[in-house]
Amino acid sequence: MKIKVTINGAEYERDVAENATLLHFLREQLGLTGSKEGCGGGECGACTVILDGRTVNSCLVLAVEADGCSIRTIEGEAVDGRLSRIQEAFARHHAVQCGYCTAGMVMSVRELVERHPKPSIDEIKEGLEGNFCRCTGYAQIIEAVLDATGQEHRTQEPSHA
Amino acid sequence: MLESANPQSLRHVGHSPARQEGVDKLTGGAVFVSDMTLPGMLHAKVKQSPHARARIRSIDTSRAAKLPGVRAILTGADLDYRLGLYVVDKYILAKGEVRHYGEAVAAVAADTLAIAKQAVDLIDVDYEVLPPVLNHMDALAPGAPLVHPDLGSYDYVQAVFSPQPGTNIANVSRCRKGDVEKGFAESAWIIEREYTNPSVQHVPMETHVAIAEWRADDAITIWTSAQSPFTVRGLFCHSFKLPLSKVRVIIPHVGGGFGGKAGIHLEPLVACLSRKAGGRPVKFQATREEEFSLLPCRSALTYRIKTGVRADGKIVAQKMEMFWDAGAYADYAVNVTRASGYSAAGPYEIPNAWLDAYTIYTHKPYGTAYRGFGHVEFFWGLERHMELVAQTIGMDPLEFRRKNLLRPGATTLTGEVITEHSGDVRKCLDAVAAAIHYGELTEAEKAREARTGLKIGKGIATLHKAPAMPPFTATAVIVKMNSDGSVLVNVGLTEIGQGSNTALAQIAAERLGFPLEKVKVTEEKDTEHDPYDWQTVASKGLMLTGNATILACADLLEQAYAVAGQVLRAQPCDLDHDGGKIFIKHRPDQAVTFAQIAVGYAYRDGNGIGGPLVGVGRYIAQGLSNLDKETGQGNPALDWTYGAHGIIVEVNAATGEYHILKIASAYDVGKAINPELVRGQCIGGMVQGLGTALCEGYIYDQQGHLLNPSFTDNKIPTCKDLPDEIECIVVETAQLDGPYGARGVGEHPMISVAPALGNAIRNAAGAELTHMPIRSEDVWRAMGQKPRVETWITETPTGSCRSIVWGQ
Repeated sequence: MKIKVTINGAEYERDVAENATLLHFLREQLGLTGSKEGCGGGECGACTVILDGRTVNSCLVLAVEADGCSIRTIEGEAVDGRLSRIQEAFARHHAVQCGYCTAGMVMSVRELVERHPKPSIDEIKEGLEGNFCRCTGYAQIIEAVLDATGQEHRTQEPSHA
Repeated sequence: MLESANPQSLRHVGHSPARQEGVDKLTGGAVFVSDMTLPGMLHAKVKQSPHARARIRSIDTSRAAKLPGVRAILTGADLDYRLGLYVVDKYILAKGEVRHYGEAVAAVAADTLAIAKQAVDLIDVDYEVLPPVLNHMDALAPGAPLVHPDLGSYDYVQAVFSPQPGTNIANVSRCRKGDVEKGFAESAWIIEREYTNPSVQHVPMETHVAIAEWRADDAITIWTSAQSPFTVRGLFCHSFKLPLSKVRVIIPHVGGGFGGKAGIHLEPLVACLSRKAGGRPVKFQATREEEFSLLPCRSALTYRIKTGVRADGKIVAQKMEMFWDAGAYADYAVNVTRASGYSAAGPYEIPNAWLDAYTIYTHKPYGTAYRGFGHVEFFWGLERHMELVAQTIGMDPLEFRRKNLLRPGATTLTGEVITEHSGDVRKCLDAVAAAIHYGELTEAEKAREARTGLKIGKGIATLHKAPAMPPFTATAVIVKMNSDGSVLVNVGLTEIGQGSNTALAQIAAERLGFPLEKVKVTEEKDTEHDPYDWQTVASKGLMLTGNATILACADLLEQAYAVAGQVLRAQPCDLDHDGGKIFIKHRPDQAVTFAQIAVGYAYRDGNGIGGPLVGVGRYIAQGLSNLDKETGQGNPALDWTYGAHGIIVEVNAATGEYHILKIASAYDVGKAINPELVRGQCIGGMVQGLGTALCEGYIYDQQGHLLNPSFTDNKIPTCKDLPDEIECIVVETAQLDGPYGARGVGEHPMISVAPALGNAIRNAAGAELTHMPIRSEDVWRAMGQKPRVETWITETPTGSCRSIVWGQ
């Protein structure tokens, strides 16, 4: 069936299979492979995108459900080749290791900071608990969010004994 | 390599520039194998066994073959190739018998993944279900079903391993030091206990995925999410008896490995499907469920330790028995057994030691390398045991550990003599003890206990690990200068998230004296472009590839100086350089830029000299040896990285629930090349260690069906599981042969998190824990001294609906 969606400000009109997920549509039909599949069951958050202002696991949303919606993905986060404040903070704080969870993580942060311009550490944890990261141990991600929202964050260098 | 290090003059090493490929990963531009589509590419799916052990009577693929869009179908009958890192015991698809739940028995390549899935459902397999042996201790019993009745006919690496035909023992490693019985005779105390942990899954966020193209004349290209391109190529060619020149392995960005992507996994099957499909590229990515059941896991362990201690608290004898659960295939588990065997006493001096370590086949998904390579598992037992010994003899656990720690002049289990440059475990232990105010409760903690009614306890644990690798492990690095005077560094070491490309760029920039922006390390690894590296494993990459990088940069500069000397009519010894040019020391205005000589210098009249500048560095581990098979004596350790954790925990003494208030960790990294990357490894590894400590583990029913192959039933830590406070401490005792004094720390943060937690819970609430993970109900049972319930091979007759549908 035919759907019409706006992705990162651009309009797309495509025929999609009724059983295709939004993630499949983004990755396989549009070639927007920034969003990743980590589990296919809505458990890990690697496929997180923003659908009409709210984060969703795009592996759990059918593409047809997104008809008429506005979607934001990682590909829209940097503008004209310039990183967003969130991306810059992630880079600065070493909040990326293998990078596979990063797209979903950044989208969850994006939605979080639009709801809470100055999120507390507890709010950050609440906002990101649906995004698994097996590499970083999350601490540098939390520090990046604090920094991106202009809040005090610890100095990172490990202490010497 | 330390001679070039003057801490004051270091411009890149010791600083924390951002990750080289960070922007690509942050914008979604970084391409992983899972993102790739090739022209004409087919999609594959495997048919998995629903049984732990069964004879395959027949496989009928006729219905699947009729499905439009199916391009290739394979069963075990079509493939007569066996794989194995150390013991060659695994067919690409099961032949004759299946040996674990989830084992692949057939595979399909089709135009779309949906067709491939449908085709797999149309394959009919007739099984004769046989009783499996699931618990590795049961597998040792006389008369236990043999997982590999033909073990005696398999090839294996004879210099290192010892399979026992006619049994389920894939390997036995031994260590004999001193006279353990004499030591026990001298002991005032002899303390013995057994410690256990189940299998766990690595959980890289990108599941295993490979694309292969087997074209005419055996021209093969493999794109794979793997850790070690040269190992994939080598093992692949070994199985198919192909020359290495026929196979090209390419590794783009990798979504996490943790040891699970070392060795070789999906590549041979995918390549065979491509060959069958006429050379079209075939892609196979494991689902998350397949990642648990088809791909390997970490072995379970039963560790028995018997320690003899003098009245003054000095350990004089220790007898250790390790029983490792290999699962159905030996893969890395036999080498985990070996490497754990020679480290099994931890960073303690044991004058009289005796160790037998067994790798045992069972009918379960098989074990492989996992961050820590056995040390996470055995340190759980070892550091719980050290706590038990200290408590039993009435000595402060910190004092007891200090008394027995390895110190300069001490010998390890294998007879290696520790020196003042080996690293300082005492400093690590003291640092974490101070960071958590070990041995007392602060006023604030006392007030908190009074306020909450909860018990606060503190625990410590040490750790050590050396790279587990062949004694002759080698690598090479090529530094190529671009015509603008910048350099490209080709390394075979794979960036899997650990930050090696960034750290190596810093090392190269440091040695070259260039700005970091002028140095790039190759991101994609390619066996046809990059120089050989053994494997991206073992926390050895920084040291071996780091040293080779330094040597390659020195080689490049030497060539540059030779050309510059000719241009400037000066001897190379009178030359110096900065980030852009080479100049005469005493006449700095006389200079030639690197750009001018990078690809050959041209005089005004057009005459040329020199040529493209390419530096080569080679480094091989030195002075190491195989271990004697009977005594375990020898020199296996490139370097030892020591560390310690201290944990403050708050326990509800009524329910067993607990919460970690603080964890402090210290590692002697020699030199932190990039302190922020070191911190990333420390925290990331520690949280992965917390997963092992808190909740992770494979659960089977009595028939051997895996009951929890998902994140719903096999939870991993989220950001809500973080301790309230995390402190990372770096100790820098220079490694004399390390790059700028550095040694590896990739695996170590995961080790000994669990025993530090177990010791803290013991000290808070008296729970004597001998099994990890430590779930609240385990604490509750231990506090009440109730018997532990076996929930890992569960006594529940039928588990999830999955096994009811598939298994009965």
